[in-house]
Amino acid sequence: MKIKSTLFALAVAGYATAAAAEPVRVGIATEAYPPFSTPDATGNYTGWEIDIINAVCEEAKLDCKIVASAWDSIIPSLTAESIDIIGASLSINEERLKVIDFSNKYYQTGASIAIGKGSGVTPTPEGVSGKIIGVQSGSIHQAYALRHFPDAKIREYQTQDEANQDLFAGRIDGTLADVLVLDEFLKSSEGEICCNDAGLVAADVSIHGQGVGFGLRKGNDELKSQLNNAIDAIRANGTYDKITANYFNFNIFGE
Amino acid sequence: MPEQTLMKPHRLIMVLVAAVLVLTFAFMMDWAWLPKYSSEIFDALWITIALLVSSIVAGFLLAVPIGLVQVTGPRPLAWLAMSFCTLIRGTPILLQMWVLYYGLGSLFPYMPGLRQSWLWPYLIEAWPYAFVALTLSFAGYEGEVMRGAFKGVPRGELEAAHAIGMHPFTILRRIWLPRAVQRVLPTLGGELILQLKATPLVATIAVVDVYAIFGRIRQETFIIYEPLLMLALIYLILAGGIAFAFRLLENKLPARG
Amino acid sequence: MATNYREMSAAELLSLEPPGWGGALLDGLVVSLQVALLGYAIGIVIGLGGATLKRSGGPVARDLMSVYTTFVRAIPELVLILLAYFALPELLNNVLSVAGFGRIEINGFAAGVLVIGFVQGAYATEVFRGAIASVPVGHIEAAHSFGMHPLRIFHRITIPEMLPAAIPGLSNLWLIATKDTALLAVVGFTELTLAARQASGATKHYFLFLLAAGGLYLMVTLVSAQLFKWLENRVSRGTRYA
Repeated sequence: MKIKSTLFALAVAGYATAAAAEPVRVGIATEAYPPFSTPDATGNYTGWEIDIINAVCEEAKLDCKIVASAWDSIIPSLTAESIDIIGASLSINEERLKVIDFSNKYYQTGASIAIGKGSGVTPTPEGVSGKIIGVQSGSIHQAYALRHFPDAKIREYQTQDEANQDLFAGRIDGTLADVLVLDEFLKSSEGEICCNDAGLVAADVSIHGQGVGFGLRKGNDELKSQLNNAIDAIRANGTYDKITANYFNFNIFGE
Repeated sequence: MPEQTLMKPHRLIMVLVAAVLVLTFAFMMDWAWLPKYSSEIFDALWITIALLVSSIVAGFLLAVPIGLVQVTGPRPLAWLAMSFCTLIRGTPILLQMWVLYYGLGSLFPYMPGLRQSWLWPYLIEAWPYAFVALTLSFAGYEGEVMRGAFKGVPRGELEAAHAIGMHPFTILRRIWLPRAVQRVLPTLGGELILQLKATPLVATIAVVDVYAIFGRIRQETFIIYEPLLMLALIYLILAGGIAFAFRLLENKLPARG
Repeated sequence: MATNYREMSAAELLSLEPPGWGGALLDGLVVSLQVALLGYAIGIVIGLGGATLKRSGGPVARDLMSVYTTFVRAIPELVLILLAYFALPELLNNVLSVAGFGRIEINGFAAGVLVIGFVQGAYATEVFRGAIASVPVGHIEAAHSFGMHPLRIFHRITIPEMLPAAIPGLSNLWLIATKDTALLAVVGFTELTLAARQASGATKHYFLFLLAAGGLYLMVTLVSAQLFKWLENRVSRGTRYA
């Protein structure tokens, strides 16, 4: 049976890899994560991060192919070589550096809490005590909430989009996430009805890390230097600022 | 199967191979994370079991009338029950869960007064949706089975009871239902295991069951294979327990005639 | 620059042309059906082989089959999909690199086909085993005494005669296969359920798109059920003449 199923595996996998692994596969998350990446009805993704990926790939003369996969298993997808680069707003932090490598950062933001109107949540350990706080499973925000908000009820979602949706539904009192992503949600028609911004949480560098970079397999140094050079180049030649201006009215590279 | 000795030479070899595999897994792989998460695993396991047992009990209680009205009528009720079974059996349970959780949730802000109602404390939790979705699913599948079981009880037995002047409700309680349940019992163990295999889907609606906790372990430790193997083993043990319990139960009950 | 989905009517949202998401849902449906069909085909092949092994294979083969069916029945498909998606490529590539072959990749599509085929195989084995048992032994013995080759007997006598008994089970398995494809949504493979999820996430019309996907699944179920019923009538008619 074992041999038989292996043969089937080969047959099917052969079908799957008809186009040999020549292009560089950039993994992004399947769900809407505006303003960084949002799927449209044609199966394409748009957003600031998608534009940056395309600009970096063009600069580095890489033939990139964007591959959507589940965010909560995006690091295993990288190590299992289903993708070659993670371009899914992955923050560079100590825990992740143990298993994968990162390019230099390409943006950096803070984390804040969006709350239901009148929930009275403030972005401090005391302010969330006894409240239900939604976080995305596997994100730095989950790690932060588990470490710094011991008295809150933490609810885990597969995607931030689902946490936002439950905040809108009123099932949670607040959600801790990237401030830019929450801003985008609060500006939407749902966000305006239900919620407002409670402000940034105190930074914890060991969790929040040093900004967002492209995730790479360890030892992939050639690709890493290609990406780093390309990030520097698009920052120097104005492409980065031009893309950013389409989405934000301030510089999101951080210091 | 005629009686056979359990220990034939090739079985010994298979057991040996299995033992070598298990030992390889146990010693060659990384299990250092296990003690750290053991209490969380047990909590989550409890949630899986609680959801399984409660949804099966509630689902079965629903399945009895759903199966019955399809045999007895009245027509509109029979039609309703049949449509329910078709709907449940015709769509993926994952989608049903999402309709209940995210679909309904997206309508909450447009329902004034909902947040003041007594239901609200339940509506904000995730487990009630998991429970309802699993219950409806089990009721849909088992309702179909119960329909066949009610139909399959020999007419003569019911007519005999009727002839000696038994009240229709008494006939149902004393003869029809017990005989129908007896007929479904041999397949019930299998249905339970199918239901067990549906429970991990609750992780997609923010319920931390045993599947979800292993998802968190994989993310926090970045270890991929060991948690997956452990998770598979846990489901094997749970399913084995269910199968074993039903075999005991079947041996206890008189053979069906 | 983002499309304003709030103002759109249900018909506009479901329209086949972007910005409507109807086309994306139909694409998802096609992918779901492809995965289901391929997995189903693999399942039938495994099932036929497995049933033959269980009936006439040696004790070792029979025991191995039991191990296989036990595993498949007990482990949730979702866990099997994760194993196929993450653990299997690693395992295969280790074997392949020892044997001197290049790397292979198992994407969401392949993982789905493999797992559905693997799971269906176990259940199909039972369906075929029962159906083959319903073929009168005399027919097969008669064919034997004519000197028919065993393979020829299998495809001329056993298969046609067991089909009426197998079709209800096969119909059930096909419906399970179509619904199991939804699980691929969890590993981020865009089939019908994930397409509906993406549509609802992007437009915030959760109810509309999840129900629309449900309607599509239901349609597949109802149409398939009719097809199988027609097929059952056909093959049963055939046996009456035989």
